[in-house]
Amino acid sequence: MIEWLGMPVGASAHAVEVDRLMALVHWLMLVMFVGWSTYFTYVLVRFRRGRNPRASYHGVRSRWSTWAEAGVLVSEVVLLVFFAIPFWSRQVDALPAEQGSTVVRVVAEQFAWNVHYPGPDGVFGRTSSDLVSADNPLGLDRRDPAGRDDLTLVNELNLPVGRPAIIWLSTKDVIHSFALPQMRVKQDAIPGVLQPVWFTPSETGQWEIVCAQLCGLAHFRMRGIYRIQTPDEFQAWLAEEAKYLPAY
Amino acid sequence: MAGPSPWATHLSHAGPCSLAALRTAWLRYPNLLRRYLFSTDHKVIGLQYAFTSLFFLLVGFSLAVLIRWQQAYAGQPLPLLTLLVGEVNAPGGIMLPEFYNQLGAMHGTIMVFLGVVPLAVGAFGNYLVPLQIGAPDMAFPRLNLASYWFYAAGGVVMLASFFVPGGAAMSGWTSYPPLADFAPQGQTWWLAGMLLLVLSSLLGAVNFITTIVQLRAPGMTWFRLPFFVWTQLITSFLLLLAFPALQAAAILQGMDRLAGTSFFLPSGLMVGGQAVDVAGGGSALLWQHLFWFLAHPEVYVLVLPAMGIVAEIIANNSRKPVFGYRLMVYSIFVLGFLSFTVWAHHMYLTGMGTTISAIFQATTMIISIPSVIVLSALVLSLHGGSIRFNTPMLFALAFLPMFGIGGLTGLPLGLAATDIPLHDTNYVVGHFHYLVAPGTIFALFAGIYHWFPKITGRMMNETLGRLHFAGSLVTMNLIFFPMLMQGMAGVNRRLWDGGAIYQHAEPVLYLNVPMAHAAFGLALVQVFFIVNLFMSLKGGRRVTANPWEATTLEWAAPTPPRAHGNFDELPRVYRGPYEYSVPGMDVDFLPQHVPDAKAGA
Repeated sequence: MIEWLGMPVGASAHAVEVDRLMALVHWLMLVMFVGWSTYFTYVLVRFRRGRNPRASYHGVRSRWSTWAEAGVLVSEVVLLVFFAIPFWSRQVDALPAEQGSTVVRVVAEQFAWNVHYPGPDGVFGRTSSDLVSADNPLGLDRRDPAGRDDLTLVNELNLPVGRPAIIWLSTKDVIHSFALPQMRVKQDAIPGVLQPVWFTPSETGQWEIVCAQLCGLAHFRMRGIYRIQTPDEFQAWLAEEAKYLPAY
Repeated sequence: MAGPSPWATHLSHAGPCSLAALRTAWLRYPNLLRRYLFSTDHKVIGLQYAFTSLFFLLVGFSLAVLIRWQQAYAGQPLPLLTLLVGEVNAPGGIMLPEFYNQLGAMHGTIMVFLGVVPLAVGAFGNYLVPLQIGAPDMAFPRLNLASYWFYAAGGVVMLASFFVPGGAAMSGWTSYPPLADFAPQGQTWWLAGMLLLVLSSLLGAVNFITTIVQLRAPGMTWFRLPFFVWTQLITSFLLLLAFPALQAAAILQGMDRLAGTSFFLPSGLMVGGQAVDVAGGGSALLWQHLFWFLAHPEVYVLVLPAMGIVAEIIANNSRKPVFGYRLMVYSIFVLGFLSFTVWAHHMYLTGMGTTISAIFQATTMIISIPSVIVLSALVLSLHGGSIRFNTPMLFALAFLPMFGIGGLTGLPLGLAATDIPLHDTNYVVGHFHYLVAPGTIFALFAGIYHWFPKITGRMMNETLGRLHFAGSLVTMNLIFFPMLMQGMAGVNRRLWDGGAIYQHAEPVLYLNVPMAHAAFGLALVQVFFIVNLFMSLKGGRRVTANPWEATTLEWAAPTPPRAHGNFDELPRVYRGPYEYSVPGMDVDFLPQHVPDAKAGA
């Protein structure tokens, strides 16, 4: 079923669960639609005027439709109680520990993704709206000791495979939605709200960051690149980027 | 007749809007104005609603054709486009993203608030409810008149907004702030238009409720009401209770835009690198709660009258009572109540915790049950029938599987986990279009073909009707099914280039082209309907009062029903609405107003 649906490749740990539920729901939909359409077609042919000139006042008397309804109800309860709700509490609500995770800030703005790594010290430097400028879109204070080793990028996000990634998402202006289709991640960035979203990449590759919420004229090209790298590649990339940091 | 028409002499000289001219015309031709423009007869108002809303359906649909064309051929010059929408919006035949976003926002707004709901409630409800309950008119005829004119004014404001500097609203039909707070002045016009439309709906809703409660003919007990009347009653309650939330929200957004408040603006916003000069402290999410608190019940406002129309037509053309009439009534009661408890399933990805998302997922799954019951009951109604396949019945029958696809595709969206990949994609767009286009709009077409003979005394052409039906069914599926496929592949909605920039869209991008052509085809097929509608007004086959051999009270009235009063004498009701094929009778229908079983035989 998953192949038929034509979803993008699933490359995170929880993608398997999302896709399994997606397949299950679509099986349920298919069974309902086919069963129901078969009956519908039968009725239209069997009870057409030419074949059945006189209608029956009482019509169908059996109670099988009640059982079919009950079946639908039970399937929905199963999907909800055993798949959808546990998934949410495990994957969306419960953040993993920051030790052992890659922690990144992503700040959306019309029409770019600003990416902020805390650097080797693991602490994000101070940011301030007073410092925001064309070459410092995050308003990062480089004089803050915690900020000296921070990496900032635009429309580019690198993450190591096999390690949970926590992204602290926010926006400077309007609502955006941070979507990584292959990670099965999508999270609205709401002004005034700092919202974490996390996932564990399970395959390496290079894909695109999508803005999923209408955010203005250039919404359609608010696109970034994200790479899932091996841990070695990721460390090498961090070291390479650190070379270009301004010296203080 | 000698000379020009009286309208031309009195209105053209003084200009179209001159009050003096209107007053002169009023004094001189009071009957014309009162009869056709400011009538308090529910039938005239119903027809005013019908023609206005059909016009808006055409406008809203034209915007959609442009959207589809743009997605298929983004950035390719189409010289005709500049002619159509002007150099400002499409310089050199290339549509600007500004204009594209206006098309998206206004297509949704016009279709929902100016097209489908006014047609389903304002037109069908107005024309049929008093007739079906055996009343001479609505309870408050002048309120009814006011309701129509507030609606018309709202429509004018919405259309006019395309011509103000910066163009019409461009922040989606959902108008999420802060984007909508910062949008050009067209958004203010949108808010003003919404205020008028909400006012119109509220006036209509109190009128319907009062009429149905108070004006039922003698013998018309609650469970003898046609199912259509039940759907209008529940719909009116939904409008009455849900619309004030949007009314309030629109006023708040208007104050954010005009009076410098920041109900929806938090502190610390920076747009284009500049700090926004507002007090802050507001909440962007508040709007979404208020908006969806209206907009989800609104979905059932779109759906319930359609179910009502389909139930009437299926009972009539299968020549048997609907299956589980009481069960259907109870189901739409539950549907009405629950529709107020599901709104936040539009907001799973705003940062919701487990408890809240579990509650809204549960209510969303529960609300699917009464919907499934009503739909199943309509299918089961066919079992044992003697089915006539005329044009209204074809549309009503096609409603069932099409609405079915729309309902089923709601399941993966209603579960928060599967909503993650599908949220804001074309899957959502396909889902609700299946509900509203080959769903509700098919039901509305069915209703037009079914009640046209009652309104005009003439039949619509059957061949043209069938061509209209087959063409619409095929083209609509060619437009909306590919949306589901694109959405599953992760293609987002509201993209100026239809997703061409994204790699993951590449496997399904080619679908935009057949969708655009199908949209164009759908437009062509509507010509059958428009020609049929106007041709049949004058040239349709003449019919008597009850050509479909139906049982409900509107068919007991003369054709067309009497102006101001409807019936020759007010009917008395003796039985339920769908007494078809009663055992032991020669004819297969027993109307509600016929006193004795033998009299109908």
